[in-house]
Amino acid sequence: MSSILENVNARAIALGIPLSVHLDVTWRCNERCVHCYLDHDDLGEMTYDEIEGLLIQMAEAGVFFLTISGGEPLLRKDLFAIIRRAREMTFNVKLKTNAILIREPEAALIRDLGVETVQVSIYSHRPEVHDEITKVKGSLNRSLDAIRFMVSQGLKVTIANVVMKQTRFDYSGVQKLAAELGTTFTIDPTITPHINGDRSLLRLNIDRNDLREIMNDKTVSNAEDQFIAVAPGAGEDAMDSIPCSAGHSACYVSPYGDVYPCVQFPLPSGNVRRQKFIDIWKYSPQLEEVRSIRSRDLPVCSSCSHVAGCSRCPGLAYMEGSMRGPSTADCEKSFALTGIPSANMLLKAAAAAKSIV
Amino acid sequence: MSEKYIKPSRNIASRMLAGEMVVMLVKDSRVFSLNATASAIVNAADGSTPLREIVARRVVDEFEVDAEEAYQDALALVESLAQEGILLLADHPIEQESV
Repeated sequence: MSSILENVNARAIALGIPLSVHLDVTWRCNERCVHCYLDHDDLGEMTYDEIEGLLIQMAEAGVFFLTISGGEPLLRKDLFAIIRRAREMTFNVKLKTNAILIREPEAALIRDLGVETVQVSIYSHRPEVHDEITKVKGSLNRSLDAIRFMVSQGLKVTIANVVMKQTRFDYSGVQKLAAELGTTFTIDPTITPHINGDRSLLRLNIDRNDLREIMNDKTVSNAEDQFIAVAPGAGEDAMDSIPCSAGHSACYVSPYGDVYPCVQFPLPSGNVRRQKFIDIWKYSPQLEEVRSIRSRDLPVCSSCSHVAGCSRCPGLAYMEGSMRGPSTADCEKSFALTGIPSANMLLKAAAAAKSIV
Repeated sequence: MSEKYIKPSRNIASRMLAGEMVVMLVKDSRVFSLNATASAIVNAADGSTPLREIVARRVVDEFEVDAEEAYQDALALVESLAQEGILLLADHPIEQESV
């Protein structure tokens, strides 16, 4: 992140401004990815007029970064009208899509509308593996064709690679593919529980040895920056730190108007169909609670040697049982990178040993 | 002396944050943070109001500075912002761009 952006984010947090919003315009999707954390039925999506009204409110509230996602956002017939209106309001728009509906005309329109970045999920460079994840035959080739169209239009494209059991050996191939296509590449070894709380998707997570190998693979560009920072030791500042921008300078809005701190933190905090966006942002008791938490308030993590540098996701912790609790996925990342078990891992090991005795 | 007209490029994203404008160029994602004076000028850049009038209304009145000095500073600023691709700068009113 540039120093200007860091400064802007710090100012937004200090001033209580929701600098970034992730807006899912639909949860419908034309793929059925095995690890997806969303339901795909349409339960009454916001209309164009509702979304336009929300955009106006968000611009007034100071929202600058707008991530438009889904589901598959291109399934909305009015997607380009929504993006056009958002750009008229000078939002910085990032689009997350599987891209299989993007051909030359759509790529040209996305560029002309001034979308800053398009992120496309590619799970493997091997069609049989990618298509088995998405459950759509031919989806890899269609997504790659779309990426070529977009890159040829001068758009900045990011390939996002989620590593799971089925794709454990493929991230290098996807990284190479990204380089060939002229896109940036990000990798994420975290599977998120279903938004309804079902944790069975976590069975797709790679095991500890594979995680260690990937986290220490120096060929994976900026892996450490993406996953975790090595803990420098907890000082007073670290204990006063906030875990991430969720609820502090960022939030999520579902296609039904529900506001959460983050898409990975499904704590219902209000609904823009019933309340003004700014009122939810400022006065929601849930968001106020999220904002009140500092590292020193975390019963397990505050005593952990990783507390200062851990990428602990409060949303994953919330889905694990408590927003003040540990996020085991992040404990595993800290352990994979440093070889030092987290306080949470030591507690679990002690509890397991006690149960055996 | 010809009048100058300015208008924000449609290839930027921008937002006011505590009186200062944050600008990002869509093409290369470079970020700029404009100070209060520059923000006031860019905010008033509608393509049809001459720069001298913008400076008189938004800078001289609000910041209590010398009019000619303020105009020359503003001219240097908008030339620089135009070079970066943040503003369109012309000797004539600038039409609305459309996509």
